[in-house]
Amino acid sequence: MDHVDGNALAGPLSELFRFDLTTASGRCQHCGDVTVLARAMVYLDPSGYVVRCCVCDDVLFTLVTGPEHVWLDLSGIAGLQIPTR
Amino acid sequence: MSWHVGTVVSTNTESPSGRSIVFDVPGWTGNLAGQHVDVRLSAPDGYQAVRSYSIASADSSQRVQLAVDKLPDGEVSPYLVDDLQVGDQVEFRGPLGGWFVWKPTQAEPVQLIGGGSGIVPLMAMVRAHAASGSSARFRLLYSVRTADDAFFADELQALVGPAFELDWLYTRETPSGWPRPAGRITRDDLTSLTIAAADNPAVFVCGPTGFVEAVATHLVALGHDPVGVKTERFGGK
Repeated sequence: MDHVDGNALAGPLSELFRFDLTTASGRCQHCGDVTVLARAMVYLDPSGYVVRCCVCDDVLFTLVTGPEHVWLDLSGIAGLQIPTR
Repeated sequence: MSWHVGTVVSTNTESPSGRSIVFDVPGWTGNLAGQHVDVRLSAPDGYQAVRSYSIASADSSQRVQLAVDKLPDGEVSPYLVDDLQVGDQVEFRGPLGGWFVWKPTQAEPVQLIGGGSGIVPLMAMVRAHAASGSSARFRLLYSVRTADDAFFADELQALVGPAFELDWLYTRETPSGWPRPAGRITRDDLTSLTIAAADNPAVFVCGPTGFVEAVATHLVALGHDPVGVKTERFGGK
């Protein structure tokens, strides 16, 4: 399936965070690459999103939306640097 | 981020399969050039569909212009292109995304590369560049199937000047007498029709995923820093 860019998740993530998470830099747990999440590869799935590292293709995070809850699994990100201005 | 209600105030046919739509959105406080919006449609039975669309306008008014190309098997785009009428309402969440944006305070040269309706966020940048009187060098390479498929063709042509160059690339059919045969974009095209990596341009590429992948790969091979090449893929072909 074709992917889109992390940039496309700005809307869904705006429901969860008060800053634009797509402009934050994340470190890939697997390969150590550090880059803005807007550059990650997003795969759309009927139940949510799978976001992969643009260097090593490993999963950075998943976002699944259900009727009562949102599940956000960030275990592929070792750290986030969030711009404050 | 909260949802706003937008009301259609005008539409314009841009191509055989696409049109632009201007919405009045009370509470909208403007957007940066390159940002997008999530559009939510609700059916009477409660079914909802949300899609992301780039914004073609870039000013501080509460008017928002989108331009949409109809995907043959799409669920939302055929409705926006064929059915939506002046006075109809849709919901908007945005403006969204702080990464694929150009600000008039940026002074470096800018290379824009659009495929099909990927022109939309780049159009916002071209308009913002013109409106701000920026002297930053802008160059746009616009790849379309045929001349009829180009969005905003007259407005783009009218904006060509000392700080804005416009280059066309045709993939299916060229205007008569066009020197380059119709065909997909190549590395040689990028060499001859875009600002060289040595000039350190900011580069924005938008279009279908296959187009963006090909262009970004060529640009990196031509010496551009991958981090300086900002991409926005639509998905699809």
